[in-house]
Amino acid sequence: MRPFTYSRPVDLAEAIHTGQRQPQSKYLGGGTNLVDLMKMGVERPAHLVDITRLPMAQIEERAGGLHIGAMARNSEVAAHAAVRRRYPVLSHSILSGASPQIRNMATIGGNLLQRTRCYYFYDPGYTECNKRTPGSGCAAILGYNRIHAILGVSEHCITAYPGDMAVALAALEAEVMLRGPQGERSLPIDRFYRLPADTPNVENEMQRHEIITAVALPAASADKRSYYIKVRDRNSYAFALVSVAAVLDIGAGNRVRQARIALGGIAPKPWRALEAEEALANQPAEEHSFRNAAQLAVRDARPHRDNAFKIKLAHNAIVRALMAATNEPV
Amino acid sequence: MAKPLVARPLDRLPNHTYLRRQRQYVLINTVAGQVHSILAMQSSDNDLTRRTFVGVTVGAATLAASIVEAAPAGAALQGVACSLTINGQQHKLLLEPRVTLLDLLRERLHLTGSKKGCDHGQCGACTVLADGVRIISCLALAITQEGKHITTIEGLAAGEQLHPLQAAFIEHDGFQCGFCTSGQICSAVAMLKEAQAGMPGLATVAGRLRLATSPDTHAALSDDEIRDRMSGNLCRCGAYPNIVAAVRSVDQLQKKV
Repeated sequence: MRPFTYSRPVDLAEAIHTGQRQPQSKYLGGGTNLVDLMKMGVERPAHLVDITRLPMAQIEERAGGLHIGAMARNSEVAAHAAVRRRYPVLSHSILSGASPQIRNMATIGGNLLQRTRCYYFYDPGYTECNKRTPGSGCAAILGYNRIHAILGVSEHCITAYPGDMAVALAALEAEVMLRGPQGERSLPIDRFYRLPADTPNVENEMQRHEIITAVALPAASADKRSYYIKVRDRNSYAFALVSVAAVLDIGAGNRVRQARIALGGIAPKPWRALEAEEALANQPAEEHSFRNAAQLAVRDARPHRDNAFKIKLAHNAIVRALMAATNEPV
Repeated sequence: MAKPLVARPLDRLPNHTYLRRQRQYVLINTVAGQVHSILAMQSSDNDLTRRTFVGVTVGAATLAASIVEAAPAGAALQGVACSLTINGQQHKLLLEPRVTLLDLLRERLHLTGSKKGCDHGQCGACTVLADGVRIISCLALAITQEGKHITTIEGLAAGEQLHPLQAAFIEHDGFQCGFCTSGQICSAVAMLKEAQAGMPGLATVAGRLRLATSPDTHAALSDDEIRDRMSGNLCRCGAYPNIVAAVRSVDQLQKKV
């Protein structure tokens, strides 16, 4: 691991200032991904600004929705009564990820910035990785790409988003609150993440020295039928091959008023199946409609040598998640 | 009590048999992360200069030199003062920021009960409690734990009186090689407290995986729930049935069911 200096500011302004002042600095949350990547030599910061003790770990109801401080731990969010009652898909997704120990450490802000688990990215022994070294190529495209993405990829990167929580946040249309040297702003989570296109090294819209301060769950997404499905090689403590967060608003006559479907493990970012959502509007909340929607969701999939199975898997997981959501309480 | 350790700057590197082993390790592994162990060595009669150090480690000279040059103004290699309470005993330490809690425990304080399985957060063998909360010590930088009360497997028993989970693992033969056991036991100690405090888990109910959010935290955990809640601790021997039995017995004992 490259040596680095360390600081632990006590307030947000000081943290941003320290980030600006120290060259090659990075903000440190729970460290469950960053420290690992530093051990691998993928991340090589010269300074870590530990922001875990900043006073932004509160979870509180605001404007009919929920405001979750970025330093709240994953386990605290999963256990929070209002999350479980009004946004259960968020608890379900968090509890599907990592291990209890890691969830006790990981922060909401840090989790949003979890990087891909592409083995070629993670191991600098492979020189080709456009995400790690722009312009070096992509070892995954012609390599073993079973875990890689089938949607939203480019000829420069086919990495898959590995996380769970952000998939549920995408289906809940959460807002990511940011603060940086230029002040505060917020982005809808779908616009927060970027697709690789020809700059796979740029994964989100954050600007230099910005800090995620909170995630806001809108009132409009509360109290809906929802479900989270994660398909993986073993039943726990493994990354998703495919995951689906489904949020359903079902109106009179068992018709879908509004559907929100987000997928993990199949695209470089939490993937909203927008066409499928639109196709479900005003349709009967039953398997036939869900199958049509799932078909639309994977229509543009572009498999590589080892991951064509994800197309059928994603299709079936979408149908299952939607079916399960209809049986969940409001 | 282990002596507090002082991270020395590179121009005062000690000579030591351990250092010689470490040199070999750097040569073999070319893992920059190992260098902190060298820097952290204490007690020496025969300090090496930085020049000697780089010279001695011929094969790793390029690596060592690049590490030195990469260090921001040398400041990272100095110790940072840090106070931690480990198994009830306060330690005032000078810590190089790269040192993980696991390496601090094992390499400096010689509390070798916490095991280094994967060192990447994938096995749970290094599980310890920080203020009663289970964490993996391999991905926690020691310096970030300042002020916390760390409990390791060495701190669970009260004198000769084993912690109920330690006794239960013996009673139920909850291990084979024993490498994962200290992590399993620390994990289980915190897990039972979590469950009693209402932390949800995932469990299959009527064929569907759901949040297990029983309002009755006094009800015994099902085996399914125990497996889910203990899934952050891998056992390559496959002692899982007996581990579940050991945890179940303590859960039932505590809840008197």
